[in-house]
Amino acid sequence: MGRAVAVIGTGQTRHGRRNDVSYPDLVREAVRMALEDAGITPKDIEGVVSGTMPSMMEGISDTHLYFAEALCEVGKPVLKVESCGSTGQSIAHCGFYWVASGMADLVLVVGMEKMFEGDGQATMSTVADPWFLKPFSAGAPGVFTMQAMEWMHRFNIPEDKAHEAAAFISVTHHDSALDNPYAHIKIKIGMDEAKNAPIITYPVRLLDVCPTSDGACAVILASEEMAKKIGRKPAWIRGLGFRGEEFFYGESNKSIWPSATEAAKHAYEQAGIRDPLKELDVAEIYNPFTYQEMIFYECFGFCPRGKAPDYVLEGKFNRTGELPCDPSGGVLCTNPIGASGLIRLAEATLQVTGKAGARQIEGAELALSHAMGGIDQFNGVTIVGAKL
Amino acid sequence: MTKEYGTIVNTVVLPYRWALGQTWTRFFDGLKEEKIYGTRCGTCGKVFVPAKTFCPDCYSDLDDWMDVSQEGTLKSWTLVRKSHFGQVRQPPYALGLIRLDGTDCEFIHFLGGVDWSDMQNAREKLKAGARVKAAWSKEKHADIHDISCFEPLKS
Repeated sequence: MGRAVAVIGTGQTRHGRRNDVSYPDLVREAVRMALEDAGITPKDIEGVVSGTMPSMMEGISDTHLYFAEALCEVGKPVLKVESCGSTGQSIAHCGFYWVASGMADLVLVVGMEKMFEGDGQATMSTVADPWFLKPFSAGAPGVFTMQAMEWMHRFNIPEDKAHEAAAFISVTHHDSALDNPYAHIKIKIGMDEAKNAPIITYPVRLLDVCPTSDGACAVILASEEMAKKIGRKPAWIRGLGFRGEEFFYGESNKSIWPSATEAAKHAYEQAGIRDPLKELDVAEIYNPFTYQEMIFYECFGFCPRGKAPDYVLEGKFNRTGELPCDPSGGVLCTNPIGASGLIRLAEATLQVTGKAGARQIEGAELALSHAMGGIDQFNGVTIVGAKL
Repeated sequence: MTKEYGTIVNTVVLPYRWALGQTWTRFFDGLKEEKIYGTRCGTCGKVFVPAKTFCPDCYSDLDDWMDVSQEGTLKSWTLVRKSHFGQVRQPPYALGLIRLDGTDCEFIHFLGGVDWSDMQNAREKLKAGARVKAAWSKEKHADIHDISCFEPLKS
């Protein structure tokens, strides 16, 4: 894995509709908080990695130009990485490689999106080619729902059971978001409300689906030597994995989702994790859709294939369960896409450094963070621990 | 009272002319003749549809063209209820993931021939595993819409 790398600071904006700040000011809100958290100044930063979903989302293609000062990147080496929803993990990995390689000791990683400025679903339809896939995109929910239906069929999961488990995930995640000061959607909902919400793409309902949000997240990565010199309690990056799949949606089996499975496996190998359900203390999964969250549980080895709805309904992934998942309320309640994957890492960091406030999982020492992007095409996982 | 901050409105319109190249031009010309073309990999034997120039597994050239079956098995589907910018059809409409007979990947297209006002009946016809067949548009333009949709085969 190269040199040891620590997360020594995190910052995120209050997410939601943020017409009160221009886009660069939104970015600065997250960066300033991360700098304060790490106890460093902009001058200490040696390099900057940033990314949005695609720049099409911003309507301004060169975000480097637009955010230069807010990203503290004037006079420094800069890198931009984009992989749709998995951008947040991609930029974190890029920052990791930079520090692990020995080329820098202190790197700033920033992800952002201001989705109320454009039309999110229209932008997402430009992710795919316009002659094969775009005509059938139906926004993000179309393909993600087909994946869920394929999964239910493949493992003979009764639709009623999946529906019940999806609603349960929605209710518990919305509850968790109430304890997260940065979360966008803060509503108390009940099972009946979740189960009977309007259908978006059958059988996925409104409360199974994430919002679009404005927001940014910043993370500061340091070498072991620098982390010790600065002296704040760090989260150590213990493992990371990223995998891509084919361009055509129909060419890989999304019910067992090879990229999600292999990305986690790669990260587990580095972290020495054999039984993730027992060894991990908390997970922050990229879950824009409740049904997809269940597929991730299976891909990440938290439960056997086809059994996620049973585990969910037993409460195994609740905040008081065996492996609490998304105590932040997750992407389901907050989704500034380019930031979302990095927010997962920031939240995992807060958990293992004991700084997660009301959403803290007591004694958490090992946490998984994740993001998914493209048309079910990319998955990235980063594992952080309290110990090196 | 919360202060209302200003916004600036601007619409970005960008024209493109995308090149389909030899393989996809031949694929779309095939649709105009009511044929669905795939290509078979001589090395690993897999059949891809829409036709591909090279094998994603072994990276070899694919020049073994096949007129693939217009019937297949439904792997998954969804009924779209919500409108989005740029949608080709107005909801409700259904999308299907179809494994055409003799091919090794899924083909994505609209599903039709089902009455959505009777969801119970629709669910019985559209179970994953159901057999479906391509229905062709009367007017053809050598594009993906030359296939109107896939419809359940009468059992």
